[in-house]
This record gives sequence, structure tokens and C-alpha cells, in this order.
Amino acid sequence: MKVGQPVTDKPKNYVIELKNLRFRWPGKQGWQLALDTLQLEAGQHLFIRGASGSGKTTLLNLLSGITTPNEGELWLQQTAMHKLSAAKRDTLRAQQIGVVFQQLNLIPYLSVLDNVLLVARFANRTGGELTERATMLLQHLGLQDELHHKKATELSVGQQQRVAIARALLLRPALLIADEPTSALDADNRDAFMKLMLAEANESGTTVIFVSHDKALQGYFSWHLAMEQLEQGVQPC
Amino acid sequence: MLMKLARLSLWNRRGTVLMTVLSLVISISLLLGIDHLRHEAKNSFTSTVSGTDLIVGARSGQLNLLLYSIFRIGNATANISWETYQRIQNHPQIAWTIPISLGDSHRGYRVVGTNQDYFEFYRYAGQQQLQLAQGVIFDDVYDTVLGSEVAARLGYQLGQEIVLAHGIGQVSFSQHQDKPFTVVGILAPTGTPVDQSVHVSLQGIEAIHIDWQQGAPMPGRRVSAEQALEMDLTPKAITAFLVGLNSRAATFLVQRQINEFRGEPLTAILPGVALAELWQMLSMVERLLLVITVLVLLAGLVGMTTTLLASMKERQREIAILRAVGAHPRTLFWLVQLEVLLITLVSMLLAMAVLMVGLWFGQDLLASRYGLFIGLNPIRQSSLQLMGLVLGLALLLGCIPSWLAYRKALTDGLSVRL
Repeated sequence: MKVGQPVTDKPKNYVIELKNLRFRWPGKQGWQLALDTLQLEAGQHLFIRGASGSGKTTLLNLLSGITTPNEGELWLQQTAMHKLSAAKRDTLRAQQIGVVFQQLNLIPYLSVLDNVLLVARFANRTGGELTERATMLLQHLGLQDELHHKKATELSVGQQQRVAIARALLLRPALLIADEPTSALDADNRDAFMKLMLAEANESGTTVIFVSHDKALQGYFSWHLAMEQLEQGVQPC
Repeated sequence: MLMKLARLSLWNRRGTVLMTVLSLVISISLLLGIDHLRHEAKNSFTSTVSGTDLIVGARSGQLNLLLYSIFRIGNATANISWETYQRIQNHPQIAWTIPISLGDSHRGYRVVGTNQDYFEFYRYAGQQQLQLAQGVIFDDVYDTVLGSEVAARLGYQLGQEIVLAHGIGQVSFSQHQDKPFTVVGILAPTGTPVDQSVHVSLQGIEAIHIDWQQGAPMPGRRVSAEQALEMDLTPKAITAFLVGLNSRAATFLVQRQINEFRGEPLTAILPGVALAELWQMLSMVERLLLVITVLVLLAGLVGMTTTLLASMKERQREIAILRAVGAHPRTLFWLVQLEVLLITLVSMLLAMAVLMVGLWFGQDLLASRYGLFIGLNPIRQSSLQLMGLVLGLALLLGCIPSWLAYRKALTDGLSVRL
């Protein structure tokens, strides 16, 4: 839980560590995103509050390795993501980073189970134990067996979001990035969703970075930051 | 997994994909069908006459001679006198001859005056001899042997009497009504103009014209059929004759001797050379047809590209999800190419099936209506080459939507514009 503190030595056991990160879209003037430092230890969950246009999409693209910073360092555990090629970052994302979107997380024409197992293909992982784990995760998330072979589109939005969590956690990644995953859910569903997500993340030993504009969700997290604070590199509130 | 994705993604969009496949099936089966017919027609065409070393007629161009003597198209400009025919026939190098006397018709079908040698020596499609389906070869002056199509189309049976018409029009006003012919034999189908011919003896031709002069009955002089039999029926002239030599090596020598024959201006042609020349003229049309089919194919493939391009917009979500779970942009390129491959392969298989079924049903029709014998198996080297061309073109055009998927994957990242 060290934000803003100067870091000089080699990264330790941080799940994610940012150093003097700078990013700009090609052909644009000025930095779109400037983060001096951010360190997250294993098992810590971070809530980032930010409205659209606050650079949070850019941050998520950087954290998930879709884009790469122009300057600075970005470490995922012992891996220097800023030095990896695009293809290696893609594979790293499959293996170590789970991503959950606002909604429509699932490929409509695949079954629920196939949607969960999709990530294994790109991580070059196969095996029966993955199917077992997928089934188990789905059950833990309150999705009964009879739903597993239905098409993704036959599920309710709340159920779809839970399937997305199962997929994101299937390979026990180091990091789970959730981008407003509750915005399409009603209050009751949202509460259940948050609890299940965090419980399963803890179970998998996964660190969660949760981005939302909804202050009401802050309570689930011990550590929260606003996008603006993050950019200025101030201490957490 | 990628295969499963491509397959299910296509199935998910089966409405538009089906239309794309349909248009490709039409264009591919058209392409393969035309190519098949092209080869079959050429085969059938060049095998119209074989085993004949020379065709001899009155002096004319070689195509003209070939057309009227073999294909029963057009008319001879002049005849060959019987004496000349006899003299050439006795040439030591000549093994056999088939005389042909043309000029009459029966309900649009040409009448061929000839002799028994026609049935013995005429060969088509390699070494095939003419076979009788029913009856016997003509023996009497007023006997006739029908080609298979003539019998089938006009519904003639053995023993039936038919009347020949003077001239070669479909409708003729001058009929040889006084001397009807009896059908004694019907030939098996050959796929050559023989099927469309009415064969009678040279004596029969002579008999029906015995009281004619200058193409019209001589006024005031009637010779009945029975009376004609009493008269000398040795032909005065024939239209052309086919020649078989003792040795193929002598072909050019005999050809020159005939061409330089002093008694009468004659032309001797090599059927193979003339057939090739004629085919060259016809193949212009055939090539044009092939070019049009290739354009139709191109239209089908462009249609497929358009469909895939249009689908890219609705697949933005799919691309973002695949990216989120770790797909490389080039994986998305190959995903779309795989879809192109699937669409094209399925279309090619269906096109092949459509073509085979079409040929199976069309074969009888083509044979009975047009005397065209088409093989059922359209797979040959050229069709495999064409399939390769189709696949190559499809994948080449498929690069456009694939590249778009690649670009989207690269630039849009995880953000999805809803």
C-alpha cells in the first residue's frame, strides 16, 4: 500500500508495480496518462473511481497489456511488461490477467462452459482439470450445472457477469481487472455479485483492480483511489 | 478451438452465410460445369470420325468438306463422278472407301446414300464401330437404316415406311412419294451426327431420282418403284468419300495424288487436321464462356467479402472479448481467413454435388435431345486447377475482412463502442 513513495530498488513481491508511467496516443500532444507510482501487493484489492474520459480506459489497456507505455516501467510480478513484445503481452494476459467488462462479456454463440474455457486456449493450457475447475467456479458463483451447456445469450445479465468472473479466474491469474462490471445490475444483484467476485478472487489468490464511477461500491474495498489522485500520485484516502 | 470458433461463428450468422454459400455454389458449379462441358464437347467433337485417313470431295475448302461430309452441315458445291470414284478406289494404297451421297432429307434429317462398307469401316470415338440396336443393315434398294435420334424423335419402328424429301429443308414440297423406304435397321446411339442420319443405299438414291432432272420431277415421265428396280441403278455421281489406307505413312502421298488428279478437281483432307481447325474456331466461343464464368465467380467472391466486411461491425464485441482473453491480433486475422476457407470449401463441395446431380439428370436429356454424351464425373486435372484458383482467389479477397479484424483488434483494444 505504497503510493507516491519513491522506489529505487528492484521490484519486490508486488503483483503490479508502475513507475513513472507515461502514455500518449500516437500523433497527439501531451501525455494522456501520467502515473508516477503505484504498487499493489498480493491479495490487495484496489478500487479506482473515475468517470469516463478520465483516462481509465487507457489505464486498463496499459494494465492488461493491450497497449504499452511510451515511458516508464510496468511490472506484473517479476515480468517487465513494458519490455515485452505485443504477442508476449497477449499470452501473458491470457495466463496472468483476467478481464471483466461492463456487460456482454461472452461470445454469444458459445456455450457457458466454452466461454469459460476460452481463455485456456490462448494460454496454451488444456486438460480435464480445467473443465473441472470451470464447473466448480460456475457452481460457486451460483450457476447450476444445467446452465453450463446453454448458450451464453440465454442467461440473464447478472448470470452472464458471473460467467465472466469464472472465465477471468479460471487460470488463477495474478490480476483481475474489472471495468464497471456491475453497471448493468440492479442493487440486489450488485451486492451478491461483489461478494462472490471478491470471495472467488481471494480463493484463487488473485488481486483485483476494480474501476467504477459508483462510490457506493467503495465499501467493499480497503483501498480506494480516484483517477485524479492516481495521476497526481498522491496518498490514498 | 479456432476451428470451433469459426464454425460456430458462421453458424451464428447462418442466414447471411447461407446466401453467400448459395451464390458461391452457383458460380462455382457454373465454372466447373462449363469447364466439364468444354472438355466433353471437345472429346465428343474430335471423336466424331476416327480411323479415316482422308476425306475426298469436289474441290473446296477443307472446312466445308468436313462440315458436309461428317457433320451434315451445309452443301457440297459439286459432285464426284462415279468413274473418278472407281479409279481412285483402285489405288493400290487404298484399303477401303465409304461413298457418301447427300442432298435429300427426311423431316429435317439428312439422308446419306452409302453402301455396306459404311457399317463396316466407319469408326468414331477411337475404334468404335457402328452397332445396330435393332434390325439389320439395308440390303434392298428401298431399305433404310435410321440413326438412333431419328428413330427416337420421330418414333419410328422397324417395318415402317418413310418417304424421303428432295432437298434438305425441314419442310419440303417435293417429296419422293412414289418410292417409300422401309425401315430395316436402327443404329445404337453414337453421340455423332450418325445419330441424325437416314441411311439408304446408293442405288436407292439413284432410284428416287431416276425420273428427276435439275432437282425437279421430269414432266410427263413417271417411273414407278418397281420399274426403277429393272433399270440400271449404278450411281452417276457421289458427294464425297472416306478413305482408309493400307499404311498411314502413305497419307500425304495419296492426298497429293488426289489433289492433283487430272480427271476432275478434287480435294482430299486429313480429318484430324480439319477437326482441329474447326475446333479452334469454336473454341473462341468456349473461351469467352469460360471468361464470363470466371467473372461470375469473381462476383460471388466479392459478395462473400462484402458480407464478411459488413459483419465486422457487429463482431466488434467478439473481437474485444477474444482480445481480453489473450488472442493476438493475428489470431483474429486467421479466424476470419478460416471462415473464408470454410465457406469456400463447403461451397465447392456443394457445387460439385450440384454438378454431379445435374449431370446425372441432364445426361439423358443431352443425349436424347442433342446427341451429346457427357461423362458423369466432372473431376479432372483442369477442374482441380480451377478449384485451386477459386480457393486462392477466396483467400486473397478474404484478406480484406481479415485485415480489418486485425486492425480492429490492434487499435480498439478492450474498448467497445456500443
